[in-house]
Amino acid sequence: MEVFVQQLINGLTLGSIYGLIAIGYTMVFGILNMVNFAHSGVFMVSAFIALNALLLITTWFGVSSMVMALMIIMVISMVLSAVLNWTIERVAYRPLRKSFRLAPLISSIGMSIFLTNFVQVTQGQRNKSIPPLFHKQIILMDNGNYTVAVSYEQITIWVVTILLLGAFWFLVTKTSLGRAQRACEQDQKMASLVGVNVDRTISITFVIAAALAAVAGSMYLMYYGVVSFSDGFVPGIKAFTAAVLGGIGSLPGAVIGGLIIGLIETMWSAYFSIDYKDVAVFGVLAIVLIFLPQGILGRPDVEKV
Amino acid sequence: MPAEAPDRAPPSLVGRALKEALVTGFLAFALFLPLVGFVSVQSMTNTLLLEARWESLFSVVALIAIARFLYVLAGPWLERRRARAKPSAPASNLRKVFSKFFTPFALGFAVVYPIFVLAFTGINPGALKWIDNFGIQILIYVMLGWGLNIVVGLAGLLDLGYVAFYAVGAYSYALLSKEFGMSFWMLLPLSGILASFWGVLLGFPVLRLRGDYLAIVTLAFGEIIRLVLINWVSLTNGYAGISGIPRPTFFGIPFNASDEGFAAIFGLEFSPLYRTIFLYYLILALALFTAFITIRLRRMPVGRAWEALREDEIACRSLGINTTNTKLTAFAMGAMLAGFAGSFFSARQGFISPESFTFIESATILSIVVLGGMGSQIGVAIAAILLVGGTEIMRELDFLKQIFGNDFEPIRYRMLLFGAAMVLIMIWKPRGLISTREPSIFLEERKAIPADLLKEGRG
Amino acid sequence: MALAPHDVLLRVEHLTMRFGGLVAIHDLSFEAKRGVITALIGPNGAGKTTVFNCITGFYKPSEGRIALLHGDPVLWNELDVVTARGQRSLRRPEGALFLLERMPDFLVTEKARVTRTFQNIRLFQGMSVLENLLVAQHNMLMNASGFTALGIFGAPSYARAQREAIERAVYWLEKINLLDRADDAAGELPYGAQRRLEVARAMCTDPVLLCLDEPAAGLNPRESADLNELLLSIKKDGITSILLIEHDMSVVMQISDHIVVLDHGIKIADGTPEAVRNDPNVIAAYLGVEEDEVQNVAAKVGL
Repeated sequence: MEVFVQQLINGLTLGSIYGLIAIGYTMVFGILNMVNFAHSGVFMVSAFIALNALLLITTWFGVSSMVMALMIIMVISMVLSAVLNWTIERVAYRPLRKSFRLAPLISSIGMSIFLTNFVQVTQGQRNKSIPPLFHKQIILMDNGNYTVAVSYEQITIWVVTILLLGAFWFLVTKTSLGRAQRACEQDQKMASLVGVNVDRTISITFVIAAALAAVAGSMYLMYYGVVSFSDGFVPGIKAFTAAVLGGIGSLPGAVIGGLIIGLIETMWSAYFSIDYKDVAVFGVLAIVLIFLPQGILGRPDVEKV
Repeated sequence: MPAEAPDRAPPSLVGRALKEALVTGFLAFALFLPLVGFVSVQSMTNTLLLEARWESLFSVVALIAIARFLYVLAGPWLERRRARAKPSAPASNLRKVFSKFFTPFALGFAVVYPIFVLAFTGINPGALKWIDNFGIQILIYVMLGWGLNIVVGLAGLLDLGYVAFYAVGAYSYALLSKEFGMSFWMLLPLSGILASFWGVLLGFPVLRLRGDYLAIVTLAFGEIIRLVLINWVSLTNGYAGISGIPRPTFFGIPFNASDEGFAAIFGLEFSPLYRTIFLYYLILALALFTAFITIRLRRMPVGRAWEALREDEIACRSLGINTTNTKLTAFAMGAMLAGFAGSFFSARQGFISPESFTFIESATILSIVVLGGMGSQIGVAIAAILLVGGTEIMRELDFLKQIFGNDFEPIRYRMLLFGAAMVLIMIWKPRGLISTREPSIFLEERKAIPADLLKEGRG
Repeated sequence: MALAPHDVLLRVEHLTMRFGGLVAIHDLSFEAKRGVITALIGPNGAGKTTVFNCITGFYKPSEGRIALLHGDPVLWNELDVVTARGQRSLRRPEGALFLLERMPDFLVTEKARVTRTFQNIRLFQGMSVLENLLVAQHNMLMNASGFTALGIFGAPSYARAQREAIERAVYWLEKINLLDRADDAAGELPYGAQRRLEVARAMCTDPVLLCLDEPAAGLNPRESADLNELLLSIKKDGITSILLIEHDMSVVMQISDHIVVLDHGIKIADGTPEAVRNDPNVIAAYLGVEEDEVQNVAAKVGL
């Protein structure tokens, strides 16, 4: 029981991070019908931006309040990652938008390789580790030989995720931007005919996707305390798995998918084998796609003849 | 008024260029500030410290701004050139001649390449690098590209986990030859069969899936295979990999320094070169076999069905074609060829580990297929030479140290430029280098089919 | 085989198709006879294409039976037995019986020999005209190539089969007047030629029933007349019967022998062109008015 509760806590934390990244995949897929492989790279770059920003404000400017520091680095990382993703869309995807389907896909794979190696070249090969931001945790259960605890980092991740998702939800359901986005998902040509600025809507989609990934990246750095240039790929694929599991194109689906993937991963590690946790995640993906191709919240796909 | 216009135009162009260069410079500054401007380094006490690199940051930003400035300035000139280049018909004539002689010439070059290298370097280990790193390495990717071309280029099925079958082939050879001492020539077909068996096993449930889901499941499958190879230590020795894999023999004669060795029997002085040359011709033969199979299959009903599947799956079904089986054959054929390549790889290296079978490999092979032009074998070969040869040549640029100083290591920028090249080539030629399609049969004359009519498949 | 014309070839019985809560076809029954052209008409959204999709196996009907007969009509007596046994088909020396709603789409074409065309043309645009016609003969060629194993080594039996396939393709190309464009990409043909090519491609599968989904849509009067001629000549050959969805009344009235009218998924008329033309239900459905107003409206528009 204690183990289960602890893994539930860990799984939900991990799942929040996956969910935030997954939203980026699902939004871009929804609007451009393209798997944006570079998204995992943006996530990893954002973690590095957060790292350097953290070092900058703590060691150069001597900010000592960790809450303050965390807020500042998240904002910095969000802004700079958004600029990065905006540029990526302009440079690598926009010229290929009218082209055939595989061209932007290959372009995004190239961009992903570029980002990974850019970080490797500029920041070095080694893992970068930072000391824990908060040294505190709340003990929930203690039966003598096993304690169930929630760390302050975990609580931070939950609170930030919930706040952010709330804001994001408002943005896409209640504002004209969200309406424009949905219009572009349905039919870009029609949307532009009725006066939606398609280019701008797509740009904003990339900006939002990057901002959410940057929050995930900052929290990943804070939670694990270590980041390396190769850290984008695996969380990226898992987040993508989450997006597919939840039903690609569905925003709540991405979050639910993220949480499920996080839980599968932690539970599998605890009860079966930590070595095969990723195999379990990918296995689930394959099974879901075979038996429930539209995902949990996706719209079923009626074949048009 | 008209007299004023020419006077005014140039400054406005320069002004515009300046403005755009400024904006681009700002953007570049924001982009590169966090990761080029700063670097975290580990101190003696194992904590991270931040160092600024203003010089690098400003040189990168300045470089980008200047590039933008010049690009805008050159804009009208580029425009004019493009306008002039368009209506030139003789160019296509030249292209016809070129394409007619290209294949035999390329083939001839591939055959004499090792001799060519030896003529330059003489029989010494210096030749190894050119035959091995360039010749064999490129040909492996040509073969893999041609194999994947069947799946992606002909059948239109997006496979992002192709490297899994390559791994199956490589590990099949490594394990079976070490455990049972089976020979290369027996294991080559066997590895192919095992790989295609896995292809069918995976394909059977997933090929019913539509659209991009197939891509994702194959990606997941590729990762699963790699993770199993890492974690099933008792079989695969995990990360450490398998070493001491038996090398192929010259039809029973080993390439070693012993009295029964290749060199001794043929009365030559022992050199590792002979094996490398043998391996070169082996992979050349395997690659040509792949090409031959593909050319033949395209003219078979199954090959036409693959291409029809790429064009319109629903129409295929309406014509009585069992699309699941047709996809499965493409998948199995692609997997088998990857299995062949894998067992060759294993025999050539003598050592394999899961490191060699990462997603980057799948991505590279897929890029070769797409950059080459889906379905075009010549295009795929050119793309393999450009991408693989291009990144290999980065290893040879040590002379740049004399320009940029000793800290500059070109090899570090290898994959960075590889990624950038993928993006740039796609923007330059989104449909690949050779994008037209040759019909598989004709009544009167063979007419190339223009690229914009071709579909890319939905699976 | 002595095939008496006007035997029943296709029997659609109590066909119902629901998509979620939407009933696209409700309890539809009709027959198509051998050697004739049967037309399925009705206003937009009447469910005609859905009927086609059910017949050709693209959709599984919610309820009902779709049966097709090759050979001796005596076999119709076995229909209920085959249905009760849960079989897909019954093969006898004198013929065969198929329950199409139980067969996957490609088997409907391969075994029951029912082939269709599409409302929005579905040619293999990036393949040459000749290749299109060869893909249609896939199953025959596949067998002849020994499932590729023999063909890849250049077996003479495959070479012969391929030659025959090309001859058949040439025959149809002459018939649709496209022989000179055999080596061009299908996507390069003008629209009307693409329509004709799609019919020829379907004919290359050697069907007993050819289902055409609005073959005259978008054709000019000349092309439309050519198409009529093509369809009549197919009918005259006596091997293939035609089931046709069409909006163009001139086509329907000129060439069809039998017309079934659908409206909102329900059959509202069934009979010869003359009978259907004068049926008040049909006029009401087409003009979009209630039945009792038909007389008034008809008088106004001069019918």
